[in-house]
Amino acid sequence: MLEIKNLHANINGKEILKGLNLTVRPGEIHAIMGPNGAGKSTLSSVLTGNPAFEVTHGEVTFLGKDLLELAPEERANEGIFLSFQYPVEIPGVSMVNFMRTAINEQRKYRGQEPVSATDFLRLMREKKELVEMDNKLTNRSVNEGFSGGEKKRNEIFQMAMLEPRLSILDETDSGLDIDALRIVANGVNKLKSPENASIVITHYQRLLDYIVPDFVHVLYDGRIVKSGDKTLALELEEKGYDWIKQEVEGK
Amino acid sequence: MEKQYIDLYTSHHETIKLHSSEVMNAVRDASFAKFKELGFPTTRHENYKYTDITEALSLDYGLNINRLKIPVNPYEVFTCDVPGIHSYLYFVVNDGFYPVNDKRNDTLPEGVIIGSVSEVSKSHPELVADYFGKMSSQKNDGLVAFNGAFAQDGFFMYVPENVHLDRPVQLVNIMRSDVDYMANSHNLIILEKGAKAQLLVCDHTVDDVKFVTNRVTEVFVAENASYEHYKLENTHNKTTNLSTLLIDQKESSNVLANVITLHNGLTRNTIEIDVDGEHCETTLAGMVIADKSQQVDNYTSIIHSKPNCNSRELFKYVLDDVSKGAFTGRLYVARDAQKTAAFQTNKNILLNRTAKMRTKPQLEIYADDVKCSHGATIGQLDDSALFYMRQRGIPEKEARLLLMFAFTADVIEDIRIDALKDRIKMLVEKRLRGELSKCEGCVICQ
Repeated sequence: MLEIKNLHANINGKEILKGLNLTVRPGEIHAIMGPNGAGKSTLSSVLTGNPAFEVTHGEVTFLGKDLLELAPEERANEGIFLSFQYPVEIPGVSMVNFMRTAINEQRKYRGQEPVSATDFLRLMREKKELVEMDNKLTNRSVNEGFSGGEKKRNEIFQMAMLEPRLSILDETDSGLDIDALRIVANGVNKLKSPENASIVITHYQRLLDYIVPDFVHVLYDGRIVKSGDKTLALELEEKGYDWIKQEVEGK
Repeated sequence: MEKQYIDLYTSHHETIKLHSSEVMNAVRDASFAKFKELGFPTTRHENYKYTDITEALSLDYGLNINRLKIPVNPYEVFTCDVPGIHSYLYFVVNDGFYPVNDKRNDTLPEGVIIGSVSEVSKSHPELVADYFGKMSSQKNDGLVAFNGAFAQDGFFMYVPENVHLDRPVQLVNIMRSDVDYMANSHNLIILEKGAKAQLLVCDHTVDDVKFVTNRVTEVFVAENASYEHYKLENTHNKTTNLSTLLIDQKESSNVLANVITLHNGLTRNTIEIDVDGEHCETTLAGMVIADKSQQVDNYTSIIHSKPNCNSRELFKYVLDDVSKGAFTGRLYVARDAQKTAAFQTNKNILLNRTAKMRTKPQLEIYADDVKCSHGATIGQLDDSALFYMRQRGIPEKEARLLLMFAFTADVIEDIRIDALKDRIKMLVEKRLRGELSKCEGCVICQ
């Protein structure tokens, strides 16, 4: 589904990703862990086409298409969704208007008619229940005045609405209390299917108790330096990252 | 530049007076003398330093001092209302009130007078004389003085004590001429105690010639009265609109003024609100959407001379191409105006590097127990919000549009007529989409 080969990327002339390789197949959940500054968030930005980042080398294919050739909105409409680490507040744009525009743009991209008002409202209701989101939040401007937890829940709500093929959860657990974490994780798990895949970027093992990964990768200094199954996450939790750094630098 | 007008007045002031009324003529010579002294304002004048209006004024325009009838059917020019807005409808063609027999206007509440300043000052000379020129003649402004010398007519509205106009009054200014043309008109609006009225002014151009309009509007809002003034400018880019709105507010009155420039050439709005009574509420809002080489300068002044009043001011500009915007927010709180709460905001978005905005909050506060704030920002669309929206599949163009529309939303919220609010929302969206990028006759109605 997603094939990343020897990916190098810069921000403001500084190289952050230094030859990253990753393959994600349908139905899989990949966790990416790593110390601060390793390039975890850069990876999610580059995959979604954030114009602040420049790809200098390598290739990325998604469902057979050259992803790097596509504009951010095209990548989104191809089925890539990013749950932002810091969801953006957009005063004056209502959640309802935002979501309807996004859904209809996606449908247009796929050659479908715009969604009817009743279908849209029904969809909103269903998906809100999935993440136990308060009704009043969808009546407000996008993320405006939302608490940290509400913003993250809103990300998962949008993910449920847009039904992506590949979802990237960037530090979705940061700033969440245990209850919110459980709700968010439940939402993610309910959306899981054999056709879809997820990349879960996290600092802590905690989230992986709820969203169980098939693979765990350690990102360090712009490269994936170690991969394993879910037990690797536990090992990292116990021993920290220093042993990985030593292992890498010792090589 | 002033010479041609000084000569015109000197040789033709009898004609000008003949085709006007005594009340208007009463201030005429004094206004002319003041204009001779002041001349047109230039960028050397503090209040005009951001926008040069002299270039537009230096051209040769026709003035219709003989009040020749201009053949026009305003209904054809203005083929629709703001849909859903049930209004009393009146026209000013160029500089004169244009009488029409409109059935809609038959049901005006008793005692309300709407018509031509010139005519009403013949039928009700005392009423007009009590108010006409009371504010404008105090101003040291060359444009206002010029208007006093040359304006022969205008729109008049009188709402008696405790009468509430059940529908908005819609005033359509239509500019129609075969040659380059200058219009001077002087409007007078009087609300007695406890009266209530809403006025929607639409500026409109018809012919492809250069227009200058120099309009002065005096509004007197008595105790407990409520007045809403909406101005929607949608003119072509050869139009120079110079407008002065003077509002006097007495105790416990409520005033809202909302001026929106959707399309224009060069616009200078001077808005001065004199809050001369306790417990008044004042809201002053405005929006500008400009591109190409359009220019819009809003000079605003709110004067609090009495205690316990609230005012709120909000102006937003979206500027593209090589357009230029300017905003001045003067707020004066006199020493006795304790417990004044006055808040001012001006926010501006430049869509590229060539558009220019100048903004000047100007607070003069002499009272010591007040709540006053001001904020002015000039910026671009938020890149992180743009990316966030694109990541949800919304194309960049659409995302930019949503952000611009959101940016202007709170000014539209300051419209208290629902049908008008919906209409303006639609017009703003069309404008931002570039569908109103040129004005062809009646763009407002398409």
